[in-house]
Amino acid sequence: MSAGNMHIKLKVWRQSNTNKGGFEDYSLDGVSPDMSFLEMFDVLNEQLIEAGTEPVAFDHDCREGICGACSMYINGRPHGPLRGVTTCQLHMRSFNDGDTIVVEPWRAEAFPVIKDLVVDRDAFDRVIAAGGFISVNTGNAQDANSLPIPKEAADDAFSAAACIGCGACVAACKNASAMLFVSAKISQLALLPQGQAERSIRAEKMVAQMDAEGFGACTNTGACSAECPKEISMVNIARMNREYIGAKISSTAV
Amino acid sequence: MSWFTQTLTSSIGKKLLMALTGLFLITFLVIHAGINAMIFYNDGGETFTHWGHFMGTNPIIRTLEIGLVAGFLIHIVDGLMLWKTNAAARPIGYKVSNPSANSTWYSRSMGLLGTLLLIFLVIHTAHFWIPNRSNQFATGEELNLYQMMLDIFQNPLVVLIYVLGCISLFWHLLHGFKSAFQTMGWNHIKYNGLVSFIGTAYSIVIPLLFALMPISIYFGWVS
Ligand code: FES
Repeated sequence: MSAGNMHIKLKVWRQSNTNKGGFEDYSLDGVSPDMSFLEMFDVLNEQLIEAGTEPVAFDHDCREGICGACSMYINGRPHGPLRGVTTCQLHMRSFNDGDTIVVEPWRAEAFPVIKDLVVDRDAFDRVIAAGGFISVNTGNAQDANSLPIPKEAADDAFSAAACIGCGACVAACKNASAMLFVSAKISQLALLPQGQAERSIRAEKMVAQMDAEGFGACTNTGACSAECPKEISMVNIARMNREYIGAKISSTAV
Repeated sequence: MSWFTQTLTSSIGKKLLMALTGLFLITFLVIHAGINAMIFYNDGGETFTHWGHFMGTNPIIRTLEIGLVAGFLIHIVDGLMLWKTNAAARPIGYKVSNPSANSTWYSRSMGLLGTLLLIFLVIHTAHFWIPNRSNQFATGEELNLYQMMLDIFQNPLVVLIYVLGCISLFWHLLHGFKSAFQTMGWNHIKYNGLVSFIGTAYSIVIPLLFALMPISIYFGWVS
């Protein structure tokens, strides 16, 4: 990582279990425009550790936009100013020398802050566990060509499956609604033959779990889709609504 | 809870109720605007009164009116319930937020616009519908609604309130019309253009038509 010459001021949300949290101001020199946003935080944390203070806790894993771990609300937007990228794919060249950048954690009742910028996203896992799976019998795998799948259905399912579960949709939504996430997970299975067995019970259970977790309802503002690093479409939410209402009307689960 | 109440009280169920009652109220507005537009015949209220009398006395229309009141009440109460759940979903807000980067202000302000419309609705029904129906109930006679319009819209403040009500309606419909279709699952490459076109056209034409009524009477274009 080449040392750069950008000067960046940061206002970072710091919070531990014992306090209510608040902003801390930091000043960083020698930031390279080629650094990712997370690498800039690494530089900050090195400074903090050298100074003998607590480094900023933040989520990260793959650092290549595929795991969905990174999650920062940067200057009022999830994953920062660019469209279709995660925080780990955001680079300091998207900012100007001397900028003040405000970084907050995701805010939602269902995503409580654990520490600093790290929030608990287990609610998403519980929604998946409620029905985001298919049953596969053991034994030999059948011939792949025995399941005809229209190209369009495969493409739509794949687009929905691109969701990395980062929670930016919840963070962006004025209602902290998880409908883009849940609809992507329902859609990727509802569109494929393998997902048909549990199709209606899946929609019913995943929506029920989503509501139980305390996520809001959708106002169709489109903020989720606009901020989604994988650009998941609102078409999925419409599909989820059809799946759910259809399941409620026709399923035998009472 | 039975599956039915469970469905209607779920997040999607509540949204669906908003969409269905919203579209129902949208169809009502077409009739309301259509009949009121009869004042533009400028025939001393003759055509308007003829149709107003039909709407106020026809037994089928009067029965449907109960559904209309129910439609309004469900839309209002359900909206308030959604507002409560949605507010509870983010008890601690952001210190710095830039929502205009990802959504329109009016799509985020449906609750606020709806509240303004509710205030307008109270004023508006207190002007016409409530006195007229009370009089019908007490004496069996309809009031002269046309004359009431001419009188009430002499007050510039009232005209202003009505125009502001129409502006709120415009923004509420501009998002609400398309949003209702999305909520019903009606998001389809073949029809999205049509829904969007009709939604925008409707949101402009109906509130404009309504706004022209008090304005025309105030300026004496209709008398
Ligand atoms: S760290 Fe994996 S997506 Fe950002």
